[in-house]
Amino acid sequence: MSRYLTLSALAVLFLFPLVWSGYASLEEPSNYLEMARFGEGIDTYAVNSVLVSAMTVGGTLIVSALGGYGFARFDFPGKNVLFLATLAILMVPYATILIPLYVLLGYLGLQNSLVGLSLVFVMFQLPFALFMMRNAFEAVPRELEEAALVDGCGTFRAFSRILLHAVRPALITVGLFAFLASWNDFFAPLILLNDGSSFTLPVAVVSMTQHTFGAIDYGMLQAGVMVMALPCLILFIVLQRHYVRGFMSGALRG
Amino acid sequence: MTLTVTRSRRAAHSAPSARWRSRKVQGWLYAAPTAVIVGVLFIAPLVLVVWMSLNRWPLLGPATFNAPANYVKIADNPLFVDAVLFTLKYTAITTVLLSGVALGLALLVQERRPGIAFFRTAFFLPGAVGFAAAGLLFYGMLNNDFGPIDPMLQSLGITSEPIKWIGTPNMALFSTITLVLWRFAGFNMLILLTGLQAIPTEVYEAARSDGANRWQIFTRITLPLLRPTLALMLILSVTGSLLAFDQFFVFTNGGPDNSTVSMVMVVYRDAFFRFDLGGAAALSVVLLVALVGLNTLMMRRLR
Repeated sequence: MSRYLTLSALAVLFLFPLVWSGYASLEEPSNYLEMARFGEGIDTYAVNSVLVSAMTVGGTLIVSALGGYGFARFDFPGKNVLFLATLAILMVPYATILIPLYVLLGYLGLQNSLVGLSLVFVMFQLPFALFMMRNAFEAVPRELEEAALVDGCGTFRAFSRILLHAVRPALITVGLFAFLASWNDFFAPLILLNDGSSFTLPVAVVSMTQHTFGAIDYGMLQAGVMVMALPCLILFIVLQRHYVRGFMSGALRG
Repeated sequence: MTLTVTRSRRAAHSAPSARWRSRKVQGWLYAAPTAVIVGVLFIAPLVLVVWMSLNRWPLLGPATFNAPANYVKIADNPLFVDAVLFTLKYTAITTVLLSGVALGLALLVQERRPGIAFFRTAFFLPGAVGFAAAGLLFYGMLNNDFGPIDPMLQSLGITSEPIKWIGTPNMALFSTITLVLWRFAGFNMLILLTGLQAIPTEVYEAARSDGANRWQIFTRITLPLLRPTLALMLILSVTGSLLAFDQFFVFTNGGPDNSTVSMVMVVYRDAFFRFDLGGAAALSVVLLVALVGLNTLMMRRLR
C-alpha cells in the first residue's frame, strides 16, 4: 500500500506542470485568440510544423522501408560500409554538424526551406529507422515473398503489396519516433530557418518570449505550450505500446 | 524506380548469372535513397565542418584559408572556457541525479501490478513534450508573479518571499536541472525497465531461497546484471548533457550574467551573433572529437 502512496505522490509531481499549463492557458480562453494573432499568425507556424512533420515521417518511412528491405533481403557491394556509415550518425553529436548543414543547404538552394529541414530530420532518424526496418523485414518469413515472386510479380510489387503490410507495427513505431522528434525539435529549425514566415511552432513560440518588449503575457505563452504539447501527448498515449517496443529494440537517440 | 526494378526482375529469369547481377542492382536501388541521404547530409557535412574550421568563414562573403587560426583562437575565448567548466558541472550533477531518480522510478514500477501501467505512463508523459515547450512551461510556472510555485511554497510556510528561480547562477542551474529531471526521468526509467525485465526471475527466486534480504538482492544481483543498461543510460545522459542547448536557450537564455552558457550555446553565438562560421566549426570539431573519444572510452570501460 505504501508503494501506491509513493507512486501517487510522484505521479502528482510529474503531472502537475502539464495540468497547471493547461489550466493557466484556459484561465482566460482569449489567450488562445491572442496567441493566434502573434507574429505571422499561429496558423502559419502550425501549418509549417505539420508540413515538416509530415515530410519527415513520410520521408523517413519511404527511405527506411526501401533501405530496410534492401539490407534484409539483398546482397550488394558496399552493403556493410553503408550500414555502418548510417549507424555512425548515432556516434556524431547532432549539434556539431548543424553549422556545416546550414552552409550545405545553402549550396543546395535549400536554406530556410521546410524541405531542407525535413531532409535533415530524416537523416537524424535514419539509424534508428533503418535498424528497425531491417529487423522487421528479416523477421518476415521468406516464403511470403517467394510465393508472390512465383506468381510473377517483381520484387517491388511483392514489397509494396505484401511485405509492407507484414511490417506495419515497425512502420508505426518508426513514424511515431519521427513525428515526436521533428515536431518537438528546436535547435535545427532555429539554425536552418531564418525567415519568420517559415518558422515552426517551437521557434515561433520561443521567439514570443525573447522578442517581446515589455511584459510577457504568461497565459498566452501557456496556450502556446499547449498547442505544441497536446498533439504529442495524445499521440503518445494512443501509441505508447509502439513507443515502448521501439525502446526494447535498443536503438535510440537521447 | 518502379520500372527499373520490375524490368531487371523480368530479365532475371533468363540466365542465373544475369539473375545474380540483377539481385545486386536491385539491392543497390533499394538502398540508394539511404546512400544519398547519408552521403549528402551526413558524410558531406562531416568533411565540410573540418574544411570550414581551417578557413576564415564569414556568414556572408568568400572564405579564406587561415589554418590554424580558428583553433588557436579557442584558447583565448574566455566564454568558451567558462562554458566548458559550466557544462561539465551541469553534466556531472544531472547525470548523478537523473540516474538515481530513474533507477528509483524503475524499481517502483518494475513489477506488473494493477494500475502500474498508469504510473509508468504518468512518469514518461513529460518526455513526449518538446524541450522548447517544456522550457516555456517552467518559465511560466516559476515566474514570481504568474507561476503557482511561489504562492504554494509561501502558503505552506516553506519560504516567506518569492524565490529568484532563474535570477542567480546557482538557482538558475538548480531550476534547469529540475526541468531536465522532470522531462527525462521517465525516459531513462523506460531504458532501465527494459534492462530490469531482462533479468530472469529464477535468479531472484534462488537468492530469496538462499535467505538474501532486499538490499543484498539489489546490490548483488540487480545492480551487476543491470550494468549494460546502466552504461547505455550513462552514455546517453552524459552525451545529451554535454550538448545541452535548448534548455538553456529557452529557459535561462544563458543568464544571469552568462553563468548558464553551455558549450553548444557558444558555438551558436559564434556562428550567428559574431558571424564567424569558421570559429564555430572549429569549436564543433573539438566537441565532436572529444565526444566520440569519450563515448568510445565509456563503452569500453562500462560494457
